[in-house]
Amino acid sequence: MRRMMSAIVALMLLAMPAVHAVQPDEIMSDPVKEARARDLSRELRCMVCQNQSIDDSDAPLARDLRLLVRERIAAGDSNSQVLDFLVARYGEFVLLKPRFERQTMLLWLLAPLLLAGGGFALWRQIRRRSRNGTDVMAPLTPEEEARLAALMSDDATSR
Amino acid sequence: MIAEAGHYALVLALALALIQSFVPMIGARLRDSALMNVARSTALAQLVFVGASFIALVTLHVNSDFSVANVYENSHSMKPLIYKITGVWGNHEGSMLLWVSILALFGGLVAAFGNNLPLSLRAHVLAVQAWIASAFYLFILITSNPFLRIVNPPIEGRDLNPVLQDIGLAVHPPMLYLGYVGFSISFSFAIAALIEGRIDAAWARWVRPWTLVAWIFLTLGIAMGSYWAYYELGWGGWWFWDPVENASLMPWLAGTALLHSALVMEKRNALKVWTILLSILTFSLSLLGTFLVRSGVITSVHAFANDPTRGVFILLILCLFIGGSLSLFAGRATSLKQGGLFAPISREGALVLNNLLLTVACAVVLFGTLYPLAMEVLADFKMSVGAPFYNLSFVPLFVLLLLAVPFGPMLAWKRGDLLGVTQRLLAAGVAGLVVIAIVWAWTRGGSALAPLAIGLGVFVIAGAATDLAERTGLFRLPFATTLRRARGLPRSAWGTVFAHAGLGVALIGIVCETTWNTEYIATMKPNDVAQVAGYDLKLDGLLERQGPNYREMIAQFNVSRDGEALSVMTPSKRSFTTRGSSTTEAALLTRGASQLYISLGDVTAEGAIAVRIYHKPLVLMIWWGPVLMAFGGVLSLSDRRLRVGAPKPARAKQRLQPAE
Repeated sequence: MRRMMSAIVALMLLAMPAVHAVQPDEIMSDPVKEARARDLSRELRCMVCQNQSIDDSDAPLARDLRLLVRERIAAGDSNSQVLDFLVARYGEFVLLKPRFERQTMLLWLLAPLLLAGGGFALWRQIRRRSRNGTDVMAPLTPEEEARLAALMSDDATSR
Repeated sequence: MIAEAGHYALVLALALALIQSFVPMIGARLRDSALMNVARSTALAQLVFVGASFIALVTLHVNSDFSVANVYENSHSMKPLIYKITGVWGNHEGSMLLWVSILALFGGLVAAFGNNLPLSLRAHVLAVQAWIASAFYLFILITSNPFLRIVNPPIEGRDLNPVLQDIGLAVHPPMLYLGYVGFSISFSFAIAALIEGRIDAAWARWVRPWTLVAWIFLTLGIAMGSYWAYYELGWGGWWFWDPVENASLMPWLAGTALLHSALVMEKRNALKVWTILLSILTFSLSLLGTFLVRSGVITSVHAFANDPTRGVFILLILCLFIGGSLSLFAGRATSLKQGGLFAPISREGALVLNNLLLTVACAVVLFGTLYPLAMEVLADFKMSVGAPFYNLSFVPLFVLLLLAVPFGPMLAWKRGDLLGVTQRLLAAGVAGLVVIAIVWAWTRGGSALAPLAIGLGVFVIAGAATDLAERTGLFRLPFATTLRRARGLPRSAWGTVFAHAGLGVALIGIVCETTWNTEYIATMKPNDVAQVAGYDLKLDGLLERQGPNYREMIAQFNVSRDGEALSVMTPSKRSFTTRGSSTTEAALLTRGASQLYISLGDVTAEGAIAVRIYHKPLVLMIWWGPVLMAFGGVLSLSDRRLRVGAPKPARAKQRLQPAE
């Protein structure tokens, strides 16, 4: 249902104003700077919208922010300076990619921690099992290894 | 009259569900087969009554009976018939009614085709289904009654939201619900197994087809929704990492993991506890999705039902079912016997790795969705989590997963030979590397990531093909033998090949679309020509037209390439008078797997119009991939072994192994 509503409503809310995000008159003349502005716009949230970047949104605020980003770029700011400027003005809410800091640490570290934790749990499970279940997982004796090797090479040539 | 009948039918369904919740359980305690069999009749009767209730609402919408609040708010007498029908579930009340209808459908199917289930297991499964059903019937009857009347009926309705007046609404929600709600079956089976304290490989064989059905529909539903958003929203985006989208992705990830772990359980009688847990989690995530969307707790593009009483009610259902099932799991899981030992390098080991990566990916999405909410409530810290976060955290997990995908099906059960498999996959690896080199050279050293990702996609597809070639002895045995083997191959093996190849196809589409998408934004006057990706698009003119319940302005573009006329594209903007809102109807021109995409903006005072034109290379592969995956699922479902109601575990040990 969420997906349904999702598209559905996505559709509904987004398309309603039926204008598009970046307007022809906003585009900067220097294509390199324009590309930078577009990249930055995708990382900035339109704060009055629901989960849209200012690059996607057609709200007036998003337009203001897009123009602001371009203004800062034209004034010679680096990308991180532009972001700092916006965070100083609007808070971290404006960043779609949260910064790595105390409050967001858990979010960023979740995947590596879970992978490591899951991997460790599996490794322990395997070790415990191989200790208990020696009958199943016992390593082959050298004689068996030799016999197996002979059988395998036999098989390989016959095929 | 029809409204009251529909309402009454729903109340009767609730009564039946309540009976079904308890009587079969008591029957199972007393070993009374008559009491246990009650579940079968009530499940079928529930289906009839909920179906009647649903048909009543459809009839009201088709008849444009504006004395019913739900019809008044979401319909209009001038609306085309198809949208009168689909409008039934284009709103909160109606979509919940569709939800329970599908729940009843699944319950009815278990009752009708579950003859080969042990009686007590069937009784328990249907009882658990009835608990879920009762909760949601109550939810509808108390907070979201679609049959409410208006005292002074208005003459005309307020029309359905224009964006929903699209064929997508006819297909997407039912598919998605079949997916979400379908997972309730594996949930009920898991709870029943915990209650009975017994679980074996046969259990997995009963559960897998139901899970597979749900997974197929969810896969198609998500893909369909993505394509719908792509053409309807007007800027060509197809995935937004929106909380509501995430709500559908999470059950898909967990469900995919469940499909794979159930496989281990069925074949090797291992991973039992884990499979049970995944069954619970998958449906819990579906419920969580329902909560997120229905309560409007997360401000997302999609949240439009913002009534807190509903939110609290669903939250209660959520806590009851997730909390209850997990406590039952905690209490009973240890009593389930583990079986089927295996070495780390083995088919089982590969499936465990698949499960690890999928569940971590699922956890990342879950955290990304809920973390901002938690921080706001707990730490008063407002933050956002958007696409750039998921690109950094979710995508690497999937890259790892895709690297491992070709190895899994080729490893032997119990103890595999990684080196041997690597050697057999050498050709696929080389194919991937060659493609990387070609793409790299062709794009003259642009982004380094794109060629690598495309190479990975090719490796996954070639790996799937290698698996097939190995199993059939292609190039190794006479061609006739290969054909015979291909025919004798279990359908589920074919399913694996298609589903895995679909992943590669989707990946290639995603990379091409995001990397080489060309965009042209400008204000155009009639007779202006836009040049995009080698195509010339000439704006012929603008014209106005009257539709059934809207006016539209159409721009006509003549598309040509190298002077050769190709087609006419007609994007439009529609203004819906009743709601006073408008939609953009993008025009699409498909060339192979690529598309040209035009959508319109505002008209300026001088009679020019703002347009956005995109060329999206290989974009259709994004959706062909999931379609291939679903096709693989259907093939697997048609496997004798899994056929619903198959009398025996037929052909238990007939999997054709590569001859060696």
